Amino acid sequence: MAELIAEAMGVTVRFGGLVAVNDASVPVTEGRIVGLIGPNGAGKTTLFATIAGFQKPNAGRIRFRGKDITALAPHRRAALGIARTFQIVQPFAGLSVRENIAVGAHLRHAGRAEALAAADAVADRVGLSALLNLPAASLTVAGRKRLELARALATEPQLLLLDEVLAGLNPSEVRDVIPVIRAIRDGGVTVLMIEHVMQAVMALADEIHVLSEGRIIARGSPDAVARDPAVVEAYLGHGAAARLQGNAHA
Amino acid sequence: MRPYRLLLIVLAMLAALPLVIESNVALNFLKVSLMLALAGTGWNLLGGYGGQFSFGHAVFFGTGAYTAAVLQVRFGINAWVAFGAGIALGALVGAAIGWLTFRAGLRGSYFALVTLAFAEVARIIASVWPLTGAGAGILIPLKLGVANLQFGSRAEGYWFVLALLGLAMALARAIEGRRFGAQLVAVRENEDAAKALGVDVLRVKLMAIALSGGITASAGGFYAQTFLYLDAGLAYGPWISVEALLTAIVGGIGTVWGPLLGALVLQALSELGKHLGGDAPGLGLVLFGAVLIIVVRFAPEGIVGLIRRARPRRVARG
Ligand SMILES: Nc1ncnc2c1ncn2[C@@H]1O[C@H](COP(=O)(O)OP(=O)(O)OP(=O)(O)O)[C@@H](O)[C@H]1O
Ligand SMILES: [Mg+2]
Repeated sequence: MAELIAEAMGVTVRFGGLVAVNDASVPVTEGRIVGLIGPNGAGKTTLFATIAGFQKPNAGRIRFRGKDITALAPHRRAALGIARTFQIVQPFAGLSVRENIAVGAHLRHAGRAEALAAADAVADRVGLSALLNLPAASLTVAGRKRLELARALATEPQLLLLDEVLAGLNPSEVRDVIPVIRAIRDGGVTVLMIEHVMQAVMALADEIHVLSEGRIIARGSPDAVARDPAVVEAYLGHGAAARLQGNAHA
Repeated sequence: MRPYRLLLIVLAMLAALPLVIESNVALNFLKVSLMLALAGTGWNLLGGYGGQFSFGHAVFFGTGAYTAAVLQVRFGINAWVAFGAGIALGALVGAAIGWLTFRAGLRGSYFALVTLAFAEVARIIASVWPLTGAGAGILIPLKLGVANLQFGSRAEGYWFVLALLGLAMALARAIEGRRFGAQLVAVRENEDAAKALGVDVLRVKLMAIALSGGITASAGGFYAQTFLYLDAGLAYGPWISVEALLTAIVGGIGTVWGPLLGALVLQALSELGKHLGGDAPGLGLVLFGAVLIIVVRFAPEGIVGLIRRARPRRVARG
């Protein structure tokens, strides 16, 4: 049985009266691609922010490699090996693609030359090599998503949190990025990914956790989760599972 | 050495100027310009590279100036030591202001207003505190000599401020090519993204404001040693806060050359204004306001930006 690299334990996050995340627990097994799915507003991004240290939970703990990191600042977590991307991309707009990635690379490389070399190597892995000298502001949506991925990778993480890196990409771009994410996992990095592009999560994830209205309502292999009536209901509305079953029998 | 080559060449040329310039007026013009460029280089480190706009760099300028003066006049301390202490205290004041503001998460116009308030409080304190000479100000007795950091020959003072500026510009250049510089610019561009990449945002900002404070304080120390008289309005007045940020913005924000180019242009303009308009009160500020509007509207990257645009094959920077 593989080890847990990280674990969200009973996390609750409230925004005023709204409970965005409600007693959610997500164990992340080392070496896997773990999918986190759920309808809009389910609390996925908020749970990510809690794991990465950007959001303080009202209750619950975050553990990383057996250590409680709930009180740790985001930059300290990055140093431990947790990297995140942002659903709403956050490029350093005034800098070139290379300079953007180098900021991440500087976490492990003090020297400028080493960091720039590491940035070039990461750009190669995610297919940004041709765009290294362009200003980040000039990138397309697909380019910006790749840049998010590249910067996070440049920090040489052990756990990579990807928040909808495929959203907004066309099908052929999605097909290009899928092998990149798989290669990241095969390179020894554990991946926790939020994704709405179902075809991609189903193809990539070793296991999936489903969040709905702040609660984890199902988890398991992609196939099992896709067939879970609770999941179908969460996505399609109350009674949907029964109706689908009825249709299938009719 | 590559990134410093142009810097060394220009500094050497500037150093040679007193040998060819006869006119005292011209040399004084340059001396004041270099002093403003020095104050602006301090501002630029925090505001240009770090994106934290201060409206109150007078607090550092005044601290450098008063520390030099007070330690010499009231405590009989050697001028060089007093000058160095002024730089150190400027850095310390910077760190303290940073600790109070950045930890509280103040950014943008809130940070700008709070720095303005610090400078005004310092000005008011200096105008009533006996130690700083209160309303009468403080006079450093004339004792010419390098040991007293008072330069008789007109060129020596010029070389001294040029050396200070050269060091500050070299420091800025060194920071550009280092991890700290990359992190500082990242903080300017996007704090959250920087945090996610492991940048200790508070630490980076504190380092920047301390360095910034120290550099601008050195300009204040030079002011004290040159004019040998301070009062609260001269040392802590808003004029120097405005000059420090204008030199950087007009010259080219977040660039090594910006403050120097901006200082030369602004000084030239203000001299021109004096010739044309006499000593009409407020004319200088009106002129600066107009220049600021023109720059922000038509050349947001300042003079350096215009030069780069004129030469499309951008020189690779180190
Ligand atoms: N900073 C905030 N302040 C107040 N409410 C917030 C904040 N962040 C998120 N919310 C609310 O919390 C809920 C969960 O939001 P979250 O962004 O985590 O959902 P999500 O599952 O990532 O959704 P999506 O799939 O649309 O990205 C939503 O109702 C959202 O409006
Ligand atoms: Mg989201």
